[in-house]
Amino acid sequence: MKSKLKLALIASASILVSTSVAAEVLFWSTQARPIEETQAVREQVLSGFDGAVTFEPAEEGPWQTRVQAELQAGSGTIGVLGALHGDFTPLSDGLTDLSAVDVSAVAPGFVSLGRLETDEQKYIPWMQATYVMAAHRDALEHLPEGADLNALTYDQLIEWAANMHEATGQPRFGFPAGPQGLKHRFFQGYLLPSYTGSMVTEFRSEAAEAAWEAFLRLWEHTNPASTNFSFMQEQLISGDAWVVFDHTARLADAFNQQPDDFVAFPPPAGPEGRGFMPVLAGLAVPKTARDKDASMALVSYLLEPETQIATLRATNFFPVIEVDLPDDMPASVQAAGAAIAATSGADDALPALLPVGLGALGGQFNQIYNDTFERIVLAGQPVRAVLDDQAETLRRLIEEAGAPCWAPDAPSEGACPVN
Amino acid sequence: MSDVTIPGPRREEVNRAGRFLFGAGIALLVLWVLVPIWFLFVNALSAPSEVTGFPKRFWPSFDLASVRFFWNFQGVTNALWNSIKVAVLTMILSIGMGAPAGYALSRFDFPGKEFFRVLVIMTRAFPLPLLALPLAVMFIRTGLDDTVLGLALVHAMLALPFAVLITFSLFSGIPVELEEAAWTLGCTRLQAFVKVVLPLALPGIAASAVFAFVISWNEVFAAAVLTIENRTLTAFLLQSLNVSPLPLKFAGGAALVLPALIFIFAVRKYLFAMWGIANR
Amino acid sequence: MNRALPYLLLLPASLFLLVFFFYPFGLVVVESLTRGGEWTTENFTRMTGHWKFSTAFWNTIWLTAIVVPVQLIMALAMASVVQKLKTGRAGLLYIFAIPLGISDLAAGLVWLAIFEQSGFLNSILHAFGVIDRPQLYLGYQSLWVIFLAVCLAEIWRATAIMMVIIVAGMGLIPKEYNEAAEVFGASAWQRFTRVTLPLLRPSLQTALILRILMAFEVFAVVMALGGTTLPVLMGETFQWQFQLQDRGVAAAYAMVILGLSVAFSLVVLRLLHVPKGARI
Repeated sequence: MKSKLKLALIASASILVSTSVAAEVLFWSTQARPIEETQAVREQVLSGFDGAVTFEPAEEGPWQTRVQAELQAGSGTIGVLGALHGDFTPLSDGLTDLSAVDVSAVAPGFVSLGRLETDEQKYIPWMQATYVMAAHRDALEHLPEGADLNALTYDQLIEWAANMHEATGQPRFGFPAGPQGLKHRFFQGYLLPSYTGSMVTEFRSEAAEAAWEAFLRLWEHTNPASTNFSFMQEQLISGDAWVVFDHTARLADAFNQQPDDFVAFPPPAGPEGRGFMPVLAGLAVPKTARDKDASMALVSYLLEPETQIATLRATNFFPVIEVDLPDDMPASVQAAGAAIAATSGADDALPALLPVGLGALGGQFNQIYNDTFERIVLAGQPVRAVLDDQAETLRRLIEEAGAPCWAPDAPSEGACPVN
Repeated sequence: MSDVTIPGPRREEVNRAGRFLFGAGIALLVLWVLVPIWFLFVNALSAPSEVTGFPKRFWPSFDLASVRFFWNFQGVTNALWNSIKVAVLTMILSIGMGAPAGYALSRFDFPGKEFFRVLVIMTRAFPLPLLALPLAVMFIRTGLDDTVLGLALVHAMLALPFAVLITFSLFSGIPVELEEAAWTLGCTRLQAFVKVVLPLALPGIAASAVFAFVISWNEVFAAAVLTIENRTLTAFLLQSLNVSPLPLKFAGGAALVLPALIFIFAVRKYLFAMWGIANR
Repeated sequence: MNRALPYLLLLPASLFLLVFFFYPFGLVVVESLTRGGEWTTENFTRMTGHWKFSTAFWNTIWLTAIVVPVQLIMALAMASVVQKLKTGRAGLLYIFAIPLGISDLAAGLVWLAIFEQSGFLNSILHAFGVIDRPQLYLGYQSLWVIFLAVCLAEIWRATAIMMVIIVAGMGLIPKEYNEAAEVFGASAWQRFTRVTLPLLRPSLQTALILRILMAFEVFAVVMALGGTTLPVLMGETFQWQFQLQDRGVAAAYAMVILGLSVAFSLVVLRLLHVPKGARI
């Protein structure tokens, strides 16, 4: 097995050298879509690749449609796919086994996520990010007494938001609950694990009820326009929100434009710990790719340390391999990097994994958390009743997928139970 | 009610008041249309900090950084050219197929007429993003994928109902007697159509052309799925807009609007050729 | 020959629609009626069983019911104003037609820039000293404000489409009819309702149908202004197709949009029946 792998490696390495005039590889991605990032990926990340590559970002809708169409038609132009973990799960059957790519430098947890519950390496981890909190410096004076910004609890956050609300007469907490906002990850990976130590099993427990009650209290001091917010950097800059939660890449502009005005810090902790969740983007090669060797060469290239650093500069997504970052990284990277380190290094750190084993049902899994939010918070329905109702939907979905539990839930035999 | 009963001086007063109201109404409508456009261009031509700041300025500071970013963007001219090609082809296809159908609907009673009409309406009533997958599969298999013609065919599908229904309503408004008169003067059906009906229907045809152009110009989804190397400007810019920073959103939005406005300006003469039958 | 002529004229459009619309459309219909390869109505029960379905349904209907009549009146007013004008007609028409060139995405962007907290509306009110600090308009609690904002944006964006069709139609009404009515002492209003409107029926029909079709597909503007707080049918279709990855239910939603559009179009066709050839 090992020698076979080595052989394949040598083969792909030799291809790297010999196919400089190979056909152009089309890199079809849902990531790096903001126009400046697209430009940066083309000019700074991919320019060093020894071969022709076209980088085309697309929205999730066209992205999926195009990939599915090529797989159905049995031929296509896409060479490499770049997308989030959740985008790949429904495509599993159409992806080439990438076991031949050297992933020894990549964190093993990420590599196994990339297998999508199969024996094959369906995607290769590409880059990672997570969520952090950010605040305007003006907000810091309203911090509750004795609160440590780097070890905040949910109760302190709520008090902080209340203080700001009282002092300025306006709700100043901002939350990305807009149509493009990533709110479901907050409930899945932050709020619920922090209160219940679980994402799925304890969905309707009393602790979960307490979590939603806490969120309702926070919501009282949250800018009601949050249902339009999707990129909290905009509201930070405009001043519509002073303290926010969002994806590191979606806060980057605030730090890069006004580095002295904002601070980043870890998400708050609840009774069960400081829940947090990674965001993982991966690279895959569809079975219809014309020149698989060229595709794999591109994937390998993207895993090189220099490329990973260039990717970080371009997209604000962090490397998936161990690299030494130069000192001249953008302000956003420095701020977010420190906050991430403080999060994962905290004594009460409680990492939650991305949902696994859900296949095409990943979207509906997210929807359950969004629906719960909309019903409890926006529609004002009673917490208990909504949780009971949504728990049933969740249980049915997990059973349909037959997905065993993932962290922070304890491993299970068969489908993950919903108590 | 009628003007005759009103004595001289009062009548003049009424007229003046009426004219004033009329003018005010026009001014209001013009403002209603132009003010939002103005805001779009103010934001597109202002510095990023002004776009996100409060209170907003109502006059652009002519900071061209955001706009310039687009013009330096890799492949933007190519995409612009593709957009124009697709839009023109869409225009030709949709009018070429739509106008004869509109004429048939307005001049003949025949079995299946209602059916055809409903069919045309259905085409426009069905969400395109769902059709995109089977269409893309079909295009990949037939080699239409990633071609200007392929995308123009899809856009023509969207524009065809406009062409059919608009030309139908225009032909319906042109009395058959005019055509019949031409026939009695020795014209063939085709000659009568070309010499009598077509000039009168020109505004309607121009209107369908504008719609076809604009529909094609602004369509994102099919363009994003069906073009890769030959991206249109919309697929190129618009789909990255909703995740881009605010200043670029506005610059991109304005960059897309401008060519469409120029096109409408160029064809306005035909669009509003109201000297047709009315000034006969 | 004469009996075959209408069919010959319809042939290109029909063939085209058959290949590029009906084939993919058929596949989507099948998708809406199957689940895991078996025939079932489960997609529809899933759709109607979802808690957002009826909200999305009624929001779409209400939006259409409010926006379309307002637009019809505005479009008629604009067209009449332009007809009355002696000078500056072409320029005014061009201004009125400007929103034609603006895609729904760009329109959503513009109106969000007006209504958002640090937006132009607040800036204007601030400049006039009406408010001290920015007001929130698009909050989820004030659903009716979001609804109103969407209505305004839609009216702004899509009135031009109706206006252009109506202007083209008005140009075909012979002046003599109006002059004759004036001689017989008809007031301007009487002339408008008794002469212009009836003769305008073909154009009104077309304008209404096309506008209704697009109203049922309203999406981008709603998304920009209301996010998910104001669900509409088209938004739910997208949601199920791409986020929830359930193409069956998405297809079911599309069928609902199609059904509504066809039903309403048929009503308009009946109400504004146009006789063949408009023998007036």
